[in-house]
Amino acid sequence: MAPELFVQYLMAGVTYGFIYAIVAIGFNIIYNTTGIINFAQGEFVMLGGMLAISLNGLVPLPVAIALAVAITMLIGALLEITFIRWLDRPSVLRMIIITIGLSILIREVALHVWGESVRALPYFSGNEITTIAVLGARVSPQILWVIGACSLMVGTLSLFFRYTLLGQEMRACAANRMAATLCGINPRNMVTFSFMLSAGIGALAGCVMSPITSTEYSIGTGLAIKGFTVAILGGLGNSMAAVAAGLLLGIIEAFSVSVLPLAFQDAIAITILLIILFVRPHGLFGRKDAAGLKEF
Amino acid sequence: MARYLPLALLAIVVIVVQQIAQWSDATYYLTQLTMTAYYSLVIVGLCLLMGYAGQISLGHAGFFAIGGYLSAMLTTHDLMPYQGNALFKALGSLGLLVHQQDLFGASVLHVTPWAACIAAVLTAALIAFCLGIPVLKLKGHYLAMATLGFGIIIFRVALATPLFGEADGISEVPGFTLLPGLTVSGDFAARTSNYYIAWGMVLLTMLLLSQLIHSRIGRALRAIHGSEEAARAMGVDTARYKLQTFVLSAVLAAVAGVFLTHFNGGLGPSEAGIMKSVRYVAIVAIGGMANLWGALIMGVVLNFLSLRGFFGTYDDAVFGAILIVIMLFAPHGLLHRGILRELKNLFRKNGHGPA
Repeated sequence: MAPELFVQYLMAGVTYGFIYAIVAIGFNIIYNTTGIINFAQGEFVMLGGMLAISLNGLVPLPVAIALAVAITMLIGALLEITFIRWLDRPSVLRMIIITIGLSILIREVALHVWGESVRALPYFSGNEITTIAVLGARVSPQILWVIGACSLMVGTLSLFFRYTLLGQEMRACAANRMAATLCGINPRNMVTFSFMLSAGIGALAGCVMSPITSTEYSIGTGLAIKGFTVAILGGLGNSMAAVAAGLLLGIIEAFSVSVLPLAFQDAIAITILLIILFVRPHGLFGRKDAAGLKEF
Repeated sequence: MARYLPLALLAIVVIVVQQIAQWSDATYYLTQLTMTAYYSLVIVGLCLLMGYAGQISLGHAGFFAIGGYLSAMLTTHDLMPYQGNALFKALGSLGLLVHQQDLFGASVLHVTPWAACIAAVLTAALIAFCLGIPVLKLKGHYLAMATLGFGIIIFRVALATPLFGEADGISEVPGFTLLPGLTVSGDFAARTSNYYIAWGMVLLTMLLLSQLIHSRIGRALRAIHGSEEAARAMGVDTARYKLQTFVLSAVLAAVAGVFLTHFNGGLGPSEAGIMKSVRYVAIVAIGGMANLWGALIMGVVLNFLSLRGFFGTYDDAVFGAILIVIMLFAPHGLLHRGILRELKNLFRKNGHGPA
């Protein structure tokens, strides 16, 4: 393989890898505070992209993106308050079915609002044919936007969880809900907040990826499956490992194009997911004894 | 004896509905009722798996598609180029192949529907067996995602393989002659007999399943649903029972796929889609999970309305909304004795869900 082509594939892989990692972190944030997997996570990414595209006709691009993220966060909070907050210790099966139902509803609403057409935000800098040289290969500057925005999100999130009071309260809830409640933290508010947070990062990822990958109403499910694969690969609940796992999956997928037909690209992620579920359900970086404490 | 009463009732309803349709000159309803019956096979199979064994599957459309696609492919793909091959000669001498004339008068060679049906169902059973061994060790989210992943792989394979017609699917699938004079096909003249074939299969399946859930296996399954650890401690071979149930429900889905494909004369990749699997799960949930008759009734009602186009472009949205509402307010389904009390509690507690 020519070195330029190698770099080209690598950059594409890293770009997608970061997006998967953001979706996976969205899964992790909600899983940590509630113990449930939100099957509607991919829909937040779609909503972010779609809202930004619609708003972009009215206001400048940065404002449109900020508004789209804010609206998606609001939707995330509303969904949690309406459908999840008041349930009294629901079973896992019940939560799976409810969040699947939510993802269908969001997708159908999007279909009726925006139709089936494929849309995209304009490129943040330059246009479709602008390229810059990276190690001898020509790549779109949008790739740098994606990588930059996603790494910034990951960094900010880890600082947020470590140093802010709210972040520490959320971590306390994840570690021991009862003890957190005794310390005066309202765990229900933390759950609502975790939905807002993961809706927000999903929406932002949806905006920065839109110029390259386009946005349509049905992208959510595919992203959710890949994000889940990455979350499992890194060990459920472990956000830093999710970044490493995301990059791994993204790069494997990108290079698979040279040996497999494009139509089977999705099958790779799912095959990896199935293998990892059978062999190491606690993830590549997780520890088995720690996983034993979680409810699968 | 009480066990056979619902079966007898179902048989009577099936006959009465057919007679009414005949008299009122509305036999076109029988077409959708036949399709509904085949979908009901998938649903009662899934009900056994979800409600009784407590294992969710978001990939049942995959088994349906394996049955349908394999049968359709084997009965329409021309084997003429391989005629010299020893394997196909052997198949031919066993009477498993049939010579036909295509539209242009050229001679083509297909597998007979009976052989194709058996091959398709056995393949589905084998895949379910191989998939079930590792997958059924998982629980909750992991099981849901693994089965969802399986369903998506089948969908992708159907969509990307030229042999399976890619996005167009397979059409012009011939009829399936069960016995001389009894053919599963979309032929208008055979509409009534097809209606009886389909509902006969539903009756047979319900008989089989209602025997099963009242047997030792059924009690073992319910023990597994209650607590897998406790069941294992009592000496129930949980892994084996779960696997058997999984394979049985996959076989039912595959059989439904084979028959519906021959009845419709073809199928497309949407039959393998995720929404189909979710729809089956939704219907089982509405029926009340561990309630075969509830699942059957809701399956017939909702599938019939959906096939008649009653929900219009909101078809998928309706199923999504039903899922949420049922799981929020009536997690034990709509058709059971405690439903009124449950709903009353709901309002008394001012919006705090049933415990």
